[in-house]
Amino acid sequence: MTESTLKTVTLDLPVTTEDLSKLEIGTIVYLNGRVFTAREGVYKRVVEDGQKLPADLGSVNFHCSPAAAIEADGTLNVGAVTATASFRFAKWLDGWFKISGCNVIIGKGGMTSEIYRQSFVPNNAVYLTTVGYGTGALLGRGIETVVAAHWVEDLGLAQAIWVFDCKNFGPFLVEGDLQGNSLFERENAKIAGNIEKLYEGTKSATLRRYGETDDKTDEVI
Amino acid sequence: MIPISDIQTTAETLMAKAAIEIPDDYLGGLEKLADTESGELSAFVIRAMLDNYKAAEEDRRAMCGDTGTPRWYVKYGNDARIEGGPAALEGALRRATANATHNVPLRPNRVHPLWRTDHDNNVGINAPEIEYTFNPDGDWVDLITVHKGGLFGSDYRMLFPGDGIDGIKRFFLDTCVAFGKRGLACQPAIVGVGLGGSKDASMVLGKQAACLRTVGSKHPDPKVAALEEELRLLGNSIGMGAMGFMGSSMVVDCNIELGYCHTGGMPMSVHMFCLSSRRAVARIYADGRAEFRTDPEWFTDYSRRPTVEWAAEGAPQTEAAE
Repeated sequence: MTESTLKTVTLDLPVTTEDLSKLEIGTIVYLNGRVFTAREGVYKRVVEDGQKLPADLGSVNFHCSPAAAIEADGTLNVGAVTATASFRFAKWLDGWFKISGCNVIIGKGGMTSEIYRQSFVPNNAVYLTTVGYGTGALLGRGIETVVAAHWVEDLGLAQAIWVFDCKNFGPFLVEGDLQGNSLFERENAKIAGNIEKLYEGTKSATLRRYGETDDKTDEVI
Repeated sequence: MIPISDIQTTAETLMAKAAIEIPDDYLGGLEKLADTESGELSAFVIRAMLDNYKAAEEDRRAMCGDTGTPRWYVKYGNDARIEGGPAALEGALRRATANATHNVPLRPNRVHPLWRTDHDNNVGINAPEIEYTFNPDGDWVDLITVHKGGLFGSDYRMLFPGDGIDGIKRFFLDTCVAFGKRGLACQPAIVGVGLGGSKDASMVLGKQAACLRTVGSKHPDPKVAALEEELRLLGNSIGMGAMGFMGSSMVVDCNIELGYCHTGGMPMSVHMFCLSSRRAVARIYADGRAEFRTDPEWFTDYSRRPTVEWAAEGAPQTEAAE
């Protein structure tokens, strides 16, 4: 293993557009401040059905269902937290940014640069990806206080809005910057030539499938 | 007679162990990849994961926030008797799953596929899955829990004899590349390959090969073992490491399991057990005593027996390549 030259930054939340503009894809990020979870259950309610969001959520939206429980006395017990794959939520995001005022999305796997340009760039938002994707225990350690869990009764523990106050919460990597560049797409491009070589001389399966592609630069998201 | 209360207590302990403690064989395999990974981002990801396993054990918290869809594998010794019978055992496993979901805590992942109803306890219709196998002797029962992520990294294809070994390699590559990009498969993974059987059996065998065999294990047929090794190296030659970043760490190990199939076909499935390869095992004896381990020892000469009869004693009856 070689010595790492990766940059690391710590951001205090909420973060300004100016601070976000300094982030480059591939930078390691830790966060101090308020973060809340919201995924498809919340997006549907807020963006499609017009339900008003609870107050004081902050401006960092984590695509996450925590490994968590609510005790009989109401205590919120959060163990590990990791992200869920974000590409499924693209259709709600433009509306979501406008309603929520969020400027940081944390998730798994990122989205396409096309979606960054359409929905993130006009709303001055960046995308941070979790690492691994399973640093659930490290991220769980970064939660200092579980502030609230909203809409548990209607949405269940996994889809509810969980609000965390965090310290040294990370690591994350900058995947989508304010210009709409994607770290994953940069890496895909680096690997594409080798993949093409690996497939050279192989033949397609006898039985084809509808919708199938042989272009390995395509993605499944 | 195995007391049912010991089944439930042991099962609850297993749920916590699986969620929190990374098995030694997987950890050893990942550390080896860490030593050879030259991709800077991929190496950073692996180091973060190694830190994460330590944090999980120190804090006794789940290693990953997505604690998967917990399921059970049960192996009965032929002479095992459980207080209350098999229905009582299933009840104990369902209660243990629900209790551990709250107590560890785990993420309550299981919902109704249409109405999205969440019981907040990982129990529901056909959940957790419970699969069975048998051992020709023994008065014990092995309980194995596997907490595998449920969304990406598995695929199935009906191949034909004409597709040959090259067709197998190509479909293996297809699956690694498709789900390796952006790290959707949460690699480096234990990749399980199911070959043969019918469509459902091929899927079951591949998943069991990923989840119930350890890193470093080999198929008893030397030619199949050689193919396992070839596929492992092939996956690591894609140029893709952790999270799909440039690197060489895609496959921690490749395990193949097979079953006889239709003469016209060669069905194949691929499954990836991720950076949180969570499994825990206990053998419970007639007196209720439990011995914990991480190797499921699910596949045996008996389970892979090729002929009509099984000779209880004597040489293993494995079938080697022709």
